[in-house]
Amino acid sequence: MSSTKYETVIGLEVHVELHTKSKIFCGCSTEFGAPPNTHTCPICLGHPGVLPVLNRQAVDYAMKAAMALNCTIADVSKFDRKNYFYPDSPKAYQISQYDQPIGENGWIDIEVDGQTKRIGITRLHLEEDAGKLTHVDGGFASLVDFNRVGTPLVEIVSEPDISSPEEAKAYLEKLRAIMQYCEVSDVKMEEGSMRCDANISIRPVGQKEFGTRAELKNMNSFRGVQRGLEYEEYRQAEILDDGGKVVQETRRWDEAAGKTLSMRSKEEAHDYRYFPDPDLVRLHIDEAWKERIRATIPELPDARQARYTSEYGLPSYDAGVITSSKPLADFFEDSLNYTKDAKAVSNWIMGDLLGYLNSTGLELPALKITGRGLGEMIGLIEKGTISSKIAKTVFKEMLESGKLPQQIVEEKGLVQISDEGAIKTIVEQVVAANPQSVEDFKAGKQKAIGFLVGQVMKESKGKANPALVNKLLAEILSQ
Amino acid sequence: MSITNQDVQHVAKLARLNFTPEEEQMLTEQLNAILQYAEKLNELDTDGVEPTTHVLHLSNVMREDEAKDSLPIEKVMANAPEEEDGQFKVPAVLD
Amino acid sequence: MSLFNHTLQELHNKLHAKELSVQELVDQSFQVIAERDERIGAFLTLNEEEARNTARRLDDKLASGQPRGLLFGLPAGIKDNIVTEGLRTTCGSQFLANFNPVYDATVTRKLREADAVTLGKLNMDEFAMGGSNENSSFRPVRNPWDLDRVPGGSSGGSAAAVAAGEAYFTLGSDTGGSIRQPASYCGVVGLKPTYGLVSRFGLVAFASSLDQIGPLTKNVEDSAYVLQAIAGHDHMDSTSANVDIPDYLSALTGDVRGLRIAVPKEYMGEGVDPAVKEKILAALKVLEDLGAVWEEVSLPHTEYAVATYYLLASSEASSNLARFDGVRYGTRADHAGSLIDLYHESRSKGFGPEVKRRIMLGTYALSSGYYDAYYLKAQKARTLIKQDFDNVFENYDIIIGPTAPTTAFKLGSQVDDPLTMYLNDILTIPVSLAGVPAISVPCGLADGLPVGLQIIGKAFDESTVLRVAHAYEQNTEHHKLQPKL
Repeated sequence: MSSTKYETVIGLEVHVELHTKSKIFCGCSTEFGAPPNTHTCPICLGHPGVLPVLNRQAVDYAMKAAMALNCTIADVSKFDRKNYFYPDSPKAYQISQYDQPIGENGWIDIEVDGQTKRIGITRLHLEEDAGKLTHVDGGFASLVDFNRVGTPLVEIVSEPDISSPEEAKAYLEKLRAIMQYCEVSDVKMEEGSMRCDANISIRPVGQKEFGTRAELKNMNSFRGVQRGLEYEEYRQAEILDDGGKVVQETRRWDEAAGKTLSMRSKEEAHDYRYFPDPDLVRLHIDEAWKERIRATIPELPDARQARYTSEYGLPSYDAGVITSSKPLADFFEDSLNYTKDAKAVSNWIMGDLLGYLNSTGLELPALKITGRGLGEMIGLIEKGTISSKIAKTVFKEMLESGKLPQQIVEEKGLVQISDEGAIKTIVEQVVAANPQSVEDFKAGKQKAIGFLVGQVMKESKGKANPALVNKLLAEILSQ
Repeated sequence: MSITNQDVQHVAKLARLNFTPEEEQMLTEQLNAILQYAEKLNELDTDGVEPTTHVLHLSNVMREDEAKDSLPIEKVMANAPEEEDGQFKVPAVLD
Repeated sequence: MSLFNHTLQELHNKLHAKELSVQELVDQSFQVIAERDERIGAFLTLNEEEARNTARRLDDKLASGQPRGLLFGLPAGIKDNIVTEGLRTTCGSQFLANFNPVYDATVTRKLREADAVTLGKLNMDEFAMGGSNENSSFRPVRNPWDLDRVPGGSSGGSAAAVAAGEAYFTLGSDTGGSIRQPASYCGVVGLKPTYGLVSRFGLVAFASSLDQIGPLTKNVEDSAYVLQAIAGHDHMDSTSANVDIPDYLSALTGDVRGLRIAVPKEYMGEGVDPAVKEKILAALKVLEDLGAVWEEVSLPHTEYAVATYYLLASSEASSNLARFDGVRYGTRADHAGSLIDLYHESRSKGFGPEVKRRIMLGTYALSSGYYDAYYLKAQKARTLIKQDFDNVFENYDIIIGPTAPTTAFKLGSQVDDPLTMYLNDILTIPVSLAGVPAISVPCGLADGLPVGLQIIGKAFDESTVLRVAHAYEQNTEHHKLQPKL
């Protein structure tokens, strides 16, 4: 933050779409990308006379998510109506949970700058998603598509325990990983299956009371959340520095402009008039039900990270990076079915694989490479079939074609030359062709040998076994 | 408690209804009469009394997660006051 | 003897014996409607062409010996807040003046599957809010016994159609008395089942925690007969009870010996017309003569019921009616420049004064700062009211009183005073809040106008309610009285 005079207080409200087959209160499909309004029925369109019937899977998923976030699961939970008019809300109320959410009082641990910090989770509740508006006619009209309406959502509300935009990002990443591990959601911010609103305020260091907060919306990526919060920290500090007062309001993050903008209030005061939905009955969640769900919770990111450190000796940082994404961690473990060298696997993932993902912006599941491919490739290096250098080529080919390393090596003739006689011939040729370098070496310039090794590798198209090349060169030069 | 014209205006806004000043005046009077009558409930000692949302003690009514056929788009749009490209059209939302 | 004097079961048998065709029966109904409904105003929409097609199809079905449904060939009217696919459903509101539902209510489907013939949709107070049918956006319904009087409401069309001989039975809905009170005013039998016995799926919600669909018929046997066809668990309605449905007809034994009847003093107190009270006491004498015993009891929270009801029902209604926004169906204001204007103008244009008044009351009761004082308080009062019934039913089999404090009043006599109008429901509302079943059966005329006897039972004990009502009815002649039209 620009100044050390203030400290920041952030609370996040995260919405995660649960990937059930059907909607939360009707049988329409939740599949993404269908033509507008083709996944709708009288129930989700809010036609007169319709009634909601709760999807059991949505409740199970919400319980699973809440347990994974260390929440206490309610013994009795219920649904309430949140009343507001908006064209994306067909009944003009959203079925949500007001005072008896599925889960309460949870927490997750995040790591920032090597420090672990616990962030409290106030509550997790189940609700229905709204439809989608598209603006047309130069902004004078909107079109409404109700396909998404009724998709089950959990809303996860954090305590105001987050003290910086970096922590906010770490919190979101951890939340995403946990949801991914639990397999309750696709958690893609870009597709909207994970969405984040933030409350942010600043206060002079040492002050107990919270400052006036702004509610921040429309941050559609992890980076957007961080940047939006950074901007807001700066904006609020400027106001306070100038002796002004922060206004409590809702602000929209404008990614292109790189700033937050005040949203004109839709209605001077929100009054959602929550009351228990008389069309739905209570949930009584007994121990047997809780146990049934608890048994489905897999090993979560923190536990996996600890295991990777203790079992495989990975540095904590690397273990943290790998376990932050379930596909990545699964890839790691899959590789270990084909090689015992966990550190090598980790190094390839941390280096070449993440480098490729970062530079292309792709996600791991979109790639063709498999854990088996990486594991077998490391095996080939160990056996001396290929050199580490050739492995880079093989790895690149695996990323693109998904072929197994043995096949790539054979097709491209990349097998390492370990035949002493064959290498010796090349070494002799190189020594003969570079008398100056030989001179330099003999005059004590150690560097010259590197050049000669390079020439041998070049001549062998990189296939010569580097250890043999070094050994033979040393022998010949010392003659 | 008594309800004022300002209250009526505020509630009308929440309920998305318009009233003429005469209607508003009449509503204020009528709602006051009804609410005054409802004051009767304050005679009741309801400490420790559970609220009744449902007379039936049903719980855990759920369906299985099975996707069913949706409505054909012609039926979705059958009663639409204004439609464009299979979507419902409304005037701009101001935000 | 006119066909209309037969019970549904007798007609069913006549159809089976081919003494009568479905087409004749249906023709006759449309003939009566053509002669009388101009004056009565019970129907908002006639389903004439479709009904005649159905009648022809059913006659073919009979001729070919296929199995017949329980309500085979019987002409019915459906209250206009029960959705019927492809048949205009207005809820008595301008807002839905041109609304054609794209699905069938569960009861609509059940009637169809039972081979009933739908004659058309019946007039009602707008969105079932009212007790006189004067709140219909289209036209008031008139009481067949006196055309200057109201038929009651909100199922005024449903009651008047049966009283006038236009339909053999009808479906109504009851939230605070909307089946029983018009049945009482029109001299027919009206049953509000236990909350949860009949599916609400496709009943346009007024107050979800109170609404129930039930039959209006000429006699108690018909009531049992129709209830048999429409009762039962529905997986489309989360508040539908999963209970076994008994054979209601076989409950009509005529035997009430040893029956313990409770008569709440609050239901016979001041405000109840002495002429009405007299009819009720006479009815109790009939039951006594049949071997039942009765005692006075107290339902001490009765006086809080109307306030409780108007807060709860209006709150739920304010939310239930929010979906009528002019976006997906129904009335849309022309030339609304902004979305806010569209909402305000469409709703203000589409809804009538009583509906707006209740939306306002309910919105206020739920709004920030008032929820605890009004909505929550009313929910707690509801608990106390329900407990009154539980207590009485520990020692008694049935509760009896009048259905309404008076007979039908004159059109226009109460429209300016909502509170007085609300108090007409004082004897039906507590029953709705308790969720228990009750029937109104004719128990004679006072000054030429029908009086209704209300028989209230334990939850899901429709069998006892029907048995008592039937025993009483069969030992009197009141149900045979018909208005002169």
